[in-house]
Amino acid sequence: MGEPGTKEVLNLADLEAAGGIHTGRKHVLSILVENKPGVLTRIAGLFARRGFNIDTLAVGPTDDPTLSRVTLTVDGALHPIDQVTKQLHKLVNVIKIRDLEPEECVARELALFKVSADAESRGQVMQFTDIFRGKVIDVSKRSLTIEITGTDEKIEAFERMIRPFGLIEMVRTGEIAISRGRSAT
Amino acid sequence: MRAVDAIMECLKAEGVEHVFGIPGGANLPTYDALYDAGVRHIQCRHEQGAGHAAEGYAKASGRVGVALATSGPGATNLITPIADAMMDSVPTVFITGQVRTDLLGTDGFQEADINGMTMPVVKHSLMIQDPRDIPRAIHEAFHIARTGRPGPVVVDIPQDLSRADIPYEPVTDVSLPGYQPTTAGNVKQIRLAAKALANARRPVIYAGGGVVNADAAKELTELCLADRFPVTCTLMGLGAFPAPHDQWLGMLGMHGTRAANYAMDEADLICAIGARFDDRITGKLSEFAPRAKFIHIDIDPAEISKNIPAHIPIVGDAKQILPKLTAEYRAIETDLSRLDGWWDRIRGWQEKHPLRYDDSDGSEIKPQRMVEAIWEVTGGDAIVTSDVGQHQMWAAQYYHFPKPRRWINSGGLGTMGFGLPSALGAKVACPDQTVTCIAGDGSLIMTCQELATCVTENIPVKVFLMNNGYLGMVRQWQELFWDKRYSSVDMGASPDWVKLAEAFGATGMRITHKDELNDGLKTALATDGVVLVDVHVTKEENCYPMIPAGQAARDMVG
Repeated sequence: MGEPGTKEVLNLADLEAAGGIHTGRKHVLSILVENKPGVLTRIAGLFARRGFNIDTLAVGPTDDPTLSRVTLTVDGALHPIDQVTKQLHKLVNVIKIRDLEPEECVARELALFKVSADAESRGQVMQFTDIFRGKVIDVSKRSLTIEITGTDEKIEAFERMIRPFGLIEMVRTGEIAISRGRSAT
Repeated sequence: MRAVDAIMECLKAEGVEHVFGIPGGANLPTYDALYDAGVRHIQCRHEQGAGHAAEGYAKASGRVGVALATSGPGATNLITPIADAMMDSVPTVFITGQVRTDLLGTDGFQEADINGMTMPVVKHSLMIQDPRDIPRAIHEAFHIARTGRPGPVVVDIPQDLSRADIPYEPVTDVSLPGYQPTTAGNVKQIRLAAKALANARRPVIYAGGGVVNADAAKELTELCLADRFPVTCTLMGLGAFPAPHDQWLGMLGMHGTRAANYAMDEADLICAIGARFDDRITGKLSEFAPRAKFIHIDIDPAEISKNIPAHIPIVGDAKQILPKLTAEYRAIETDLSRLDGWWDRIRGWQEKHPLRYDDSDGSEIKPQRMVEAIWEVTGGDAIVTSDVGQHQMWAAQYYHFPKPRRWINSGGLGTMGFGLPSALGAKVACPDQTVTCIAGDGSLIMTCQELATCVTENIPVKVFLMNNGYLGMVRQWQELFWDKRYSSVDMGASPDWVKLAEAFGATGMRITHKDELNDGLKTALATDGVVLVDVHVTKEENCYPMIPAGQAARDMVG
């Protein structure tokens, strides 16, 4: 007979918990919080306490003035994310958290690039900007400032293209995301 | 009504009868309101003492403990008790004064960002910005502190706002959209757990402080007695199952019994209830209970699978879940003899490795003997608080707690100096009970100023000082693992504790001979007022058995 009892427990308990499992993908956490001071510190503190690096962070108002939306991305390949989301749920000011799967959301980021561009190279840089559906938002004799919106891959691709011209500065907002389909994120 | 008078109304509405604290500039208004509010204030001698007293009060009574402090150093002195209350899930509310709003962030006199400083160690904190929010904030603080997994809540109130004249309406509804603890427990999971228990051949029930917090000791005992389940408790859980008992294995963990630790090691099913698989329990995580499946019942979902993946997680309140689990278990027909072999094995360990010490040396008092003597003279029926170190472990091993809320100590944070102030708080909560503090000499000196509080406020605690002249647990580690290089562990010319007690207006006694022990302790218990008994024990006694840090249960030594 061996240990039939314990075997049965094994069979029934499919709920092998996910604690400590590294998922190996980028996580986009969409966190709905009460619009109160100190909330961001509490959230950031939970990541810092475990030595996790937040890759991007975007905070803004929502359609409800009492609530704010925090969107942050973390590298799930480096960090077991499950523990952090459980801890985030425990924060009294956190209303809702969604760990958005890449295929169930659309994500966008805005980036501004300041690129060296003289009369000779200006045309080429503007051509790349067109291809990436970007916009020139400032121009000087020796530079162009370009606005690009898209996924992080697109922004990184654009960065690679224009870096050879002399990238003076780049500013990125961090990703924001919203779920696909009719239901709220 | 002044905002501070509204605070008093809120405290009374929450059923608060006692608060602990020290006044200062920024909370002067609060103390003015307290003057004739009908809430008893126990004026402590250090804010850390006030904080631990509030913890002791909460642990002994199950009610929310309240401590007050002023801004700046008053508030920072509370940080240790706040962190302690967080680690041990103690329902507490800390109300701190803050500098005036026009001084905030300017390094004003006695300004400290207490909300920022305590953020990682609070369940929640509230910084008042509008005086009209104060009543609601106080009620929210109590609601959060006592529900779900209990913990400390800090309410920081700038001095000018506390003086504001506000319209006061009693608050009867507290609803927090982001805070809704799960309490019921999933019925399917409970059924699964019952089946697993019924099928297990080598089960162990492993109960922690959560059972005490949930007031679920009776429910735990009923589950254990639904069959012959072997039971062990963590340091924080002692008393959740009545010791001594036929099914009781003793405490588990680093200084637990061999029977409890070996049973965990060989178990095929471990049912954890309100326990969190702390490293003092598991030892080397990868070799912890290698053959076991785990049922994990906890009110805090973040504890499930934090250290050990749970096969059957159940989130909820033990008081609600355990009766359901017991009922489900009783409904299953089980083979009554299936645990015979397991019990034979456990009895073997219990016979071969009981807790023991060598008591043969002349007149010397062994520290273990001292705890046994306290157990004898109190009839096993006292509230016992302790500090942190060897004496704490011996108290846990040799004082057999028959009921919950009798054993009050600092488990998670391991705060030396916890014993005396928490005893003070426990005695305020339970004036009719005998409250003793088993103290260490290294610990007691950290908060001994609270003897003044005990004497002045007439709080007759009995302090039994286990005096070995060392920071004993550190010395033990230096002896065992650091080649006996005793670095800064000798307490040197410690105070004359009898004189110290007398200087505070308490009764001081000293016991140095084994034969005087029981009678001396009896005399101390029979003496009115605050008593400190300086018991000289063997200087270099080690606390055994032990799992050396980072090793597995089967590697226990001593």
